[in-house]
Amino acid sequence: MRTKRWTPWVYVAPALVLLTFFLIYPSINTIRLSFFDRRAETFVGFANYVYSFTNSAMLTAFRNNALWVAVFTTLTVSFGLILAVLLDRVRYEKIIKSLIFIPMAISMVGASVIWKFVYAYRPAGVAQIGLLNSVVVALGGEPIGWLIERPWINNLCLIAVGVWMWTGFCMVVLSAAYKSIPRQLMEAARIDGATEWQVFWKVILPLLKPTVAVVSTTMVVFVLKIFDIVYVMTNGNYSTEVIANRMYKEQFSFWNYGRASTIAVILLVLVVPVMLLNIRRFRQQEATR
Amino acid sequence: MHQATKILTRSPLHLVLIFLALIWTLPTAGLLITSLRPPQDVAQSGWWTVLAHPFNFTQYTLQNYDSVLTKEGMGRAFLNSLAITVPATVLPVLIASFAAYAFAWMKFPGRQFLFVIVVALLVIPLQMTFIPILSIFARIRIAGTFPAVWLAHTGYGLPLTVYLLHNFIAGLPRDLFDSAAIDGASSLTAFFKIVLPLSVPAIASVVIFQSLWVWNDLLVALIYLGGSPNVGPITLKIANLVGSRGQNWELLTAAAFVSMALPLVIFFSLQRYFVRGILAGSLKG
Repeated sequence: MRTKRWTPWVYVAPALVLLTFFLIYPSINTIRLSFFDRRAETFVGFANYVYSFTNSAMLTAFRNNALWVAVFTTLTVSFGLILAVLLDRVRYEKIIKSLIFIPMAISMVGASVIWKFVYAYRPAGVAQIGLLNSVVVALGGEPIGWLIERPWINNLCLIAVGVWMWTGFCMVVLSAAYKSIPRQLMEAARIDGATEWQVFWKVILPLLKPTVAVVSTTMVVFVLKIFDIVYVMTNGNYSTEVIANRMYKEQFSFWNYGRASTIAVILLVLVVPVMLLNIRRFRQQEATR
Repeated sequence: MHQATKILTRSPLHLVLIFLALIWTLPTAGLLITSLRPPQDVAQSGWWTVLAHPFNFTQYTLQNYDSVLTKEGMGRAFLNSLAITVPATVLPVLIASFAAYAFAWMKFPGRQFLFVIVVALLVIPLQMTFIPILSIFARIRIAGTFPAVWLAHTGYGLPLTVYLLHNFIAGLPRDLFDSAAIDGASSLTAFFKIVLPLSVPAIASVVIFQSLWVWNDLLVALIYLGGSPNVGPITLKIANLVGSRGQNWELLTAAAFVSMALPLVIFFSLQRYFVRGILAGSLKG
């Protein structure tokens, strides 16, 4: 092709300029701001970091993010795996897959409204309009304030919304991997007398391990930054705070630039190792495809 | 007999699957039905009561949609979402295709290094960028305007779009470019005549992913448009409605369904690209 020496730079320049402006420059600046006071004027050393690791709201946020990482990742990946394996055996696989994947299409805000309605609470004696409480009452129980009962019920109810949204993703990825396993391997194990249970644990799972790893790290990265669901459903009240929502509050409710920047940096430090692992695995997979 | 035992032993499998499918579908079904019921019914009984006489159409109404679209400003918010999503999808995909093409097929010093930097930027959580960018936007007076979110979404979307399009474009056969060069085609001609047409499947996935990401985004809109309701997208509007109209379920459900309509249409009409787009997009920071 006829190209002058500067031609390639014309092609990459817009991208490089935008990336510098929107990602590189602000990140460096945010790291700098994390060592300054609320108005970004006075150097305060590690004071914001000390605050972030001692303040009780932040500690709640850390605990909840840990809960999200553990419960959300376990549930999405296991549900996804179970569905991938079981759906392969029935004829209506496609329909169910679509139904379970649909929540991926809608916004977390929309999902939050859907589930807030499922969790709707009314005092005992009044007709329940929330699905979950009506089931509880029909079974003879007392209605429960799902989003208020701290700290386990409400946090788990928020996590359930995330699981509902993201199981479809795990299912599709794991199902593709499952279908690429040569059928002879499973048949051979069955002929040797293995039960379905043994086939799953001894043949299927080991072969799916790399995919399970990629999906799990993707879920971990996603969930460390979880924001919308908590912001819309509880805004972090009743001990449901998470790191990203805490940062938003420090910035826009308390106007503390130093602390907000510090929380962003903490988020970065948490995400980077998992993300690097993820990108490396993703590239390996691309290479073998 | 054999057939019967087979169905019997497999019935737990069917039950589990149908049960899971129900759990996944009921909440959305409840949303849709509630959005079609008159306000007084919604406040008095659960949405499932309509299932007693599902074809008694007097129990349904479009009144809630009329209310949210006109009185509650969802119509405006829907148009805002469109006005945000279209440029915030076209811009990054166009800029990324140019860059991906150069990274894949042109030789220039630092090419490998720069490409690695672009991909490495995937690790940066958006939160790292809000404060400095917002203060610049405020200084040049574009905070709270559409261009602010267009540019922000473009910048944030680039690492992933460049990476994905590069993977695809780098895989195009070399002969195509060689013969184009022999014919004396310029790099720009090669880009428009070879790269773009052949990359349609990859571009389609990326477009679906990016537009869905922008359409469903709350955080970026909240940061750069938060204080300006006139330009707020649908997600921002709903988040505010949850605060101000928290008990008016007929309005909230109708509003939520309005926001879901477009993504659902894309999902059902372009399912294959859609799934591919989502899978590719999972790396986004």
